[in-house]
Amino acid sequence: MSSTPAVPLLQVKNLRIEFPTRRGNLTAVDDISFDIAAGEVLGVVGESGAGKSLTGAAVIGLLEPPGRIANGEILLAGRRIDNLPFEELRKIRGREIGAIFQDPLTSLNPLYTIGRQIIETIETHLDLTHAQARARAIELLNEVGIPAADRRIDHYPHQFSGGMRQRVVISLALAANPKLIIADEPTTALDVSIQAQIITLIKKLCREHGTAVMLVTHDMGVIAETADRVAVMYAGRIAEIGPVAEVIHSPQHPYTIGLMGAIPSVGDAHERLAQIDGSMPRLSAIPKGCAFNPRCTRVNDVPNHRCTTERPELLPAGKTKAACWLHVSAAAQTDKQAVTA
Amino acid sequence: MTGALTSTVRRFLDSDIWYKFRRDPIVIVATIIGLILILSSAFAPLFAPHSPFDLKTLNLSDAFTPPAWIEAGKAQFLLGTDDQGRDVLSTIMYGSRASLVVGFAAVLLSMVVGITLGLISGYFGGALDAFIMRVADVQLSFPAILIALLISGVARVVIPNSQHDQVAIYVLIFAIAASGWVQYARTVRGSTLVERNKEYVQAARVIGRRPLAIMFAHVLPNVLGPVMVLATLHIGTAIITEATLSYLGVGMPATQPTLGTMIRIGGDFLLSGEWWILWFPGLALVVLVLSINIIGDWLRDALNPKLR
Amino acid sequence: MIKKSSNVLLEVIDIAKEFDVSKPWLNRVIERQERQILKAVDGVSFTINRGETLSLVGESGCGKSTVARLVCGLYKPSRGSIIFDSVNMADAGADEVQQLRKRFQMIFQDPYASLNPRWRVGKIIAEPLRVHKIATSNADVKQRVDKLLTQVGLSPLDAEKFPHEFSGGQRQRISIARALSSNPEFLVCDEPTSALDVSVQAQILNLMKDLQREFGLTYLFISHNLAVVSHISTRVGVMYLGRLVEVADTKRIFANPQHPYTQMLQSAIPDLKMTGKQRTPVAGEVPNPLTPPTGCAFHPRCPHAFERCKTERPNLIDYEDGGQVACHAVEEKRINIRVAA
Repeated sequence: MSSTPAVPLLQVKNLRIEFPTRRGNLTAVDDISFDIAAGEVLGVVGESGAGKSLTGAAVIGLLEPPGRIANGEILLAGRRIDNLPFEELRKIRGREIGAIFQDPLTSLNPLYTIGRQIIETIETHLDLTHAQARARAIELLNEVGIPAADRRIDHYPHQFSGGMRQRVVISLALAANPKLIIADEPTTALDVSIQAQIITLIKKLCREHGTAVMLVTHDMGVIAETADRVAVMYAGRIAEIGPVAEVIHSPQHPYTIGLMGAIPSVGDAHERLAQIDGSMPRLSAIPKGCAFNPRCTRVNDVPNHRCTTERPELLPAGKTKAACWLHVSAAAQTDKQAVTA
Repeated sequence: MTGALTSTVRRFLDSDIWYKFRRDPIVIVATIIGLILILSSAFAPLFAPHSPFDLKTLNLSDAFTPPAWIEAGKAQFLLGTDDQGRDVLSTIMYGSRASLVVGFAAVLLSMVVGITLGLISGYFGGALDAFIMRVADVQLSFPAILIALLISGVARVVIPNSQHDQVAIYVLIFAIAASGWVQYARTVRGSTLVERNKEYVQAARVIGRRPLAIMFAHVLPNVLGPVMVLATLHIGTAIITEATLSYLGVGMPATQPTLGTMIRIGGDFLLSGEWWILWFPGLALVVLVLSINIIGDWLRDALNPKLR
Repeated sequence: MIKKSSNVLLEVIDIAKEFDVSKPWLNRVIERQERQILKAVDGVSFTINRGETLSLVGESGCGKSTVARLVCGLYKPSRGSIIFDSVNMADAGADEVQQLRKRFQMIFQDPYASLNPRWRVGKIIAEPLRVHKIATSNADVKQRVDKLLTQVGLSPLDAEKFPHEFSGGQRQRISIARALSSNPEFLVCDEPTSALDVSVQAQILNLMKDLQREFGLTYLFISHNLAVVSHISTRVGVMYLGRLVEVADTKRIFANPQHPYTQMLQSAIPDLKMTGKQRTPVAGEVPNPLTPPTGCAFHPRCPHAFERCKTERPNLIDYEDGGQVACHAVEEKRINIRVAA
């Protein structure tokens, strides 16, 4: 990684998202930082309420009030975008950052033909004549695998099946050739056989266009097949981040380990699945220290009750980075040995 | 049981709706005024300085006394007296009592009818639903006041003259209720259609509960929210309808004053200079209905998840 | 009820369910449209033995949930019969049906919709007890509710709370407690974990297996997730457009799927172990169930389809190892994928 001195395409630094309520501020995303390089697919995985979708919404500037960015910076190609005025942000949206959402039916306006929606997006962001825009729209539809695109372009969203609609949404996201795509649960509403098609498509297009993708999903299978790196979120924090193969095969954080064990897979003969007892804390009651400590089986392996008092930083652990005192103390010990040696 | 009660009270004090209420001065004022009007009329015999029904205390020579702060006014008749020497303030208290009884009773009756028909319509569907909803459509195409007029008109013909005064209040309640049930039936039917397909209703069916039990034990508590809003707003409308009918002379008899009859009587003297006979009952009506409507509107916004 | 002779608990014979999805009469006349009949389930037969778990899998619109609702009596079948413990449900009188209802219960998909939001948890769980007069005195009811709550891993104190105070997984536990309260033998589970996060899904699946062992329960399990199905079931039935295409033992169906659709579904399962590799993308999408293809409904997507598949509908035929397959190609031994597992 150190061989690329260039600025990463997307940098999120110490992002903190809060929801003011009458019982005080709820912190939905708590001081997270990550980068996405150009052309890279970063998977953001977590259970519901982990803050993964909010992170995606914050990057694209679509955080629903009363949610707000309380702290931190979001930089796109080195330029700060989290504090831009609405008009500036609108220009970036679609042009530089595209979005694919979960439900393809609600992402498209049912009253307009899909052609009109794609052409409008192209004309807003690119300097093309109407005829050129239309030609580009047909080209895009062809690219996402819609048969007879020149005819289908004048059809309405309801005339497409679920999988085809999601293809249209993808073509819409790609319309202005953005550098980054935020894909929030793009396959969740689809059947398994269609999921595979859509994942393959997203991967292929991003490789061809050199687009970076932030893939937000709860489905580890989708991440495993699509992402280059993965960030595992828990209770608004990143528990572990690293190359996808490493995180899946040798997870370091106890939460990631539990999560991997809990996924049933075909042909595994275990009678019981590994389970993480308890449930994710509510935002109003996030435990002190490591947010995972009440469910963690290894709390007692860390001396001085550190897990229940002090929040761990993301630090290198194995080939990934994990926010866990187990690894910090191990690292500290090796440091000490290094000092004494 | 006391434990359950205190926990319910604690839940209420902790609820969003109580929180929002405390933060909305307009509603608080409306509620206080509404409560004062309602309580002072409910306990009119305790608060009213005079009894408009006690013929012994009435003195025709007191008739047309202007309000106390006007030169010819008397301290004992704060808001003046009417043509029969009745104290206007006391009559307003007693009169709004009748108005409120009619309003609440009519709303209650139309709620019961509307909710029941709406539940049946939404839960069973089919021909029964089609029939009930077409009747509702027909009813809706006539203005409420027209239906109420029709019913009280018919009642006047059917019921012997001597009993008119006794049954007037029931006829009035029935007439207003008959014109109001449609709204409830439609609202409840709509929500029932949604709730009916929810899994908790299906779970109750799998458990083996009978349709009527499901309708009232499961569906009803979940469709009541919008109905309560509707009912609050409807009380205001019902009081106005009552006043209108009484003003038109088909409502309550003159011997049982309501705000409407008082306004009608007052209307006769407006031009001859005794403005207070009309103005004060009219003002009471406006303030009462306005405060109820403000509460209803607020309730609708507070309960609407989309506006939160 | 001294009919406990056979090992078969539930027998479903050729059930079908048609829904009239036509527009209102006036619209049909004006727009000159025919009545539209949706055949959600079209001739499905299977048996479930005592103590086993039969799963039905398939993509959305294949009719699996409709089968669950038919079995539970939420829908009346358009044809065919459902025989529960040697009693034909269609012939049973109202009292007998009410007696039978005690013995089977259902667990629903959406833990947020399946509990009445205005009822306290204790009342929700007690409902079957009171309806079937299993417990009448308040003390007896309370004792049973407390025991049920403990059995599903909640606390007796939770009886006083309302559903909204619980997380999705905890709500599903409440649903299970309610389903168990009438001491049923048979549970129909309609996608009980698909609304849950993986770590919670593992908890619920483990709980369901524990309860099955403890009470000798029989499950009809509906799911679209093949990995979950492979974990929980004894036998698996694969559905496509309202029909069963293959039924077999879990091990056999995953090790050696026969029907081309089963093979296709299986290759579409995301596999964590295959990180970075591509799934076999599956061609096409499920056709509109209003206008199903003639012959074998799968033929437009099937790589092995030939003339006969377009005209003649294949029936479920017994396969050598006790499974059943509905496929002309398998019947004629044109596809032979008998590979050792």
